[in-house]
Amino acid sequence: MSAFILRRALQALAVLFAVGLISFAMFRFAGDPVNQMVGAETSPAERLEIRRSLGLDDPMAVQFARYLAGAARFDFGISYQFRQPVAQLLKERMPATLELALVATILALVFGILMGVYSALRRDSALAKLFQAISLIGVSLPTFLIGILLIYLFSVILGWLPSFGRGDTARLGWWTTGLLTVSGLKALIMPSVTLGLFQMTLIMRLVRAEMLEVLRTDYIKFARARGLRTRAIHFGHALKNTLVPVITIAGLQLGSVIAFAIITETVFQWPGMGLLFVQAVQNVDIPIMAAYLMLVGLIFVTINLAVDILYTIVDPRLRSSIHQPA
Amino acid sequence: MGSDRHKAAALAVALLAAFAIAAGPAESRTLRWARSIDTTSLDPHAANVGPNLLVVHQIYEPLIVRRFDGKMVPALAVSWALTRDPLVWEFKLRPGVTFHDGKPLTAEDVLFSLERARSTASDVKSLLSSVASVSKADDHTIRIRTVGPDPLLPNNLTDVLVMSKPWTEAHESVAIHNPASGRETHAAGHANGTGPYAVVSREPGKKTVMRLYEGYWGKGEHPLDIDEIVYLPIPDNATRITALVSGEVDFVQDVPVQDVQRLQENRALRVNVSPENRSIFLGMNVGAPDLKSSSLKGSNPFADRRVRAAIEMAIDRLQLQRNVMRGLSVPAGVIVPPFSNGYTSELDIWPPVDLAKARGLLREAGYPDGFDIALTCPNDRYVNDEGLCHGVAGMLGRIGVRTRPATQPAAQHFGQVRRAELDFYLLGWGVTTFDSEYIFSLLYHTNTGALGGWNGTGFSDRAVDDQIHTLRQEVDQARRNATIASLWRRLKEEVIYVPLHNQTIVYAMSREFDIPVDVSSQPKMKFVGARRM
Repeated sequence: MSAFILRRALQALAVLFAVGLISFAMFRFAGDPVNQMVGAETSPAERLEIRRSLGLDDPMAVQFARYLAGAARFDFGISYQFRQPVAQLLKERMPATLELALVATILALVFGILMGVYSALRRDSALAKLFQAISLIGVSLPTFLIGILLIYLFSVILGWLPSFGRGDTARLGWWTTGLLTVSGLKALIMPSVTLGLFQMTLIMRLVRAEMLEVLRTDYIKFARARGLRTRAIHFGHALKNTLVPVITIAGLQLGSVIAFAIITETVFQWPGMGLLFVQAVQNVDIPIMAAYLMLVGLIFVTINLAVDILYTIVDPRLRSSIHQPA
Repeated sequence: MGSDRHKAAALAVALLAAFAIAAGPAESRTLRWARSIDTTSLDPHAANVGPNLLVVHQIYEPLIVRRFDGKMVPALAVSWALTRDPLVWEFKLRPGVTFHDGKPLTAEDVLFSLERARSTASDVKSLLSSVASVSKADDHTIRIRTVGPDPLLPNNLTDVLVMSKPWTEAHESVAIHNPASGRETHAAGHANGTGPYAVVSREPGKKTVMRLYEGYWGKGEHPLDIDEIVYLPIPDNATRITALVSGEVDFVQDVPVQDVQRLQENRALRVNVSPENRSIFLGMNVGAPDLKSSSLKGSNPFADRRVRAAIEMAIDRLQLQRNVMRGLSVPAGVIVPPFSNGYTSELDIWPPVDLAKARGLLREAGYPDGFDIALTCPNDRYVNDEGLCHGVAGMLGRIGVRTRPATQPAAQHFGQVRRAELDFYLLGWGVTTFDSEYIFSLLYHTNTGALGGWNGTGFSDRAVDDQIHTLRQEVDQARRNATIASLWRRLKEEVIYVPLHNQTIVYAMSREFDIPVDVSSQPKMKFVGARRM
């Protein structure tokens, strides 16, 4: 068991190393950072001097080693545009992104499961058909379009919700939260719906399909034959067995919700890490871009590792195969 | 009961309205100002780029400031003149000016700031490149000695902002942040200027709040009708415009071309349109022996003036204005905008579109079948820059110059232009000094780094260079203007650049404000007067 986890952890490290290498190498070609740091009329000699002091003239391998050594200590250097440590900028922006991703995931889970169960049980009802239509929209419309449509409806026409920003935030230690203020909650509604819509439709479709599958199995038939109440069959037996894959998917999707928050954050001017990343791309702020990619890589790898480990705990079949010599 | 309640409500509303009217003149006005990009620092000497200067100009002040129309008016200096020595300028400082921390402005502060602005780490030092030394004559007079005669020194001082010496020293910000040192100084996130607005709070990339400074010297002299500025960078075009339409911001400085008409039709909004002091043009690499992006090897068609003339003749500026710019541009025949010294309407003409003649010129030059070439443009810097690239490519195809449009972010584009790596490119040039010299020195002079730093065409002409040097030293206005005119005649003939148009700026705002377009797009809010309903 511990050998398995160790092996997985080593694999995770290898993946992180690769992500670091790719992000590092890619951004060396994203434009001249010196050009972005200084104004129009800095002389070539001064530009060379800045290049040299930033270490941009060192061999690639040296630059990469220096970068990895720093990253291991969560030191991603200084942002070229803001002149602040990247780690600090990310730390300031992280609460906004995590809060948005978490609320979006909860919305997706709650509504996705409810709608999925309903449309599995009442397959032919009008409401189930409506849910199917909504899920089609969620799957096929791109996030930025949904965001802009929501803004148009709720901000421009109805004037109910703010079209951008995070509203007022409350401070809990270094964490800032918009969950405790009215304007913060109002500002959270549209971005979280936009971000969660795709996950919601995914979960809804998954729950519906799994539920239909499970309802056909023998043990459900036995339960019915024993005369158990329909409610107990549906929710006690069928739904419970449906949820295992749903939780797996939802867990894995949490990573992509955080990563894909970039688009939602741009549309709603949500002051999170994704917006920081987009601004960094515009300004060729390599330290921020590289750190962000590393961070997203870390989140994905961590979640995958956690899911792998959870699997072995949840599913006894996996555990027994691990004990066998390969 | 119901009707009683209604009466009470009506009474309350009437009372509130009465209060509102009574309180009208003293009502505080907040301007929520959205722009696509934030300033990277509050340090006035850290970056000589538009988005930074825009914000720091509300907080700090120069000796001389430009109004919305580009005209220079006194700020911290009440008067200035060249002394009998043509190398020495004298500036009389304004009395009774205080910094936001209450300390009075002294000649020491001005000397300190000019020295700081000239230091190696400063990004505005190029504005002061002609300065030899700065000295104090008395507590309210300073003298600036230049290396050679510099007629444009006052023009260059309009973006050199004055800081408080004691404050900067006390906060360990004397050394300007140098990107290479990686250290953030106090002055990058905090400010103490003499300007109309003092910083209340700042969250980089999110929000900067500034409030009218009670002790501002200009009270009574300038309108100062805006009490508070909330500066909000919103990079996404759609989000920025929506925030304006839904009433969450009051003023949007960068309006995408495609939204202008829709905003003009909205009765709750006001749209101000005016030409900017910026030309947009195409540069051709005339100096390279061989064009990298062309399959034509061993010869450079752009080296032949006839080819360049043919290119100019094939471009239909009016069609670009109509179809790409949606009317929001002023077609141009010369790359100096009308606001700048040296512009004349005689220069601002271009040959009529004549495809047969253009093909004839190509044939004469030895390219009867035309040639293929890549046109490289930025895609995030100028109004519809990418569209222009595609439009021009289509037009050149008609004379057999098969043009492949290639677009890239300005971050990459500018580096390639400056290193003369491009064959054919789009560039824009804002004339910060409002004088042709700035165009000659940076776009036409042989690229030596300090001069000709943005000349990506490889154009190098000894006679032109010599004339530019003469111009830079000449203090007699009439002789200067004669040199400028002679240079433009010569350079227009060369067709190194093909002028397309001067860009227009569009400001959109709530009806409650009327902010005129600033010709450099650097609006200084102290000049904004009220428009109350």
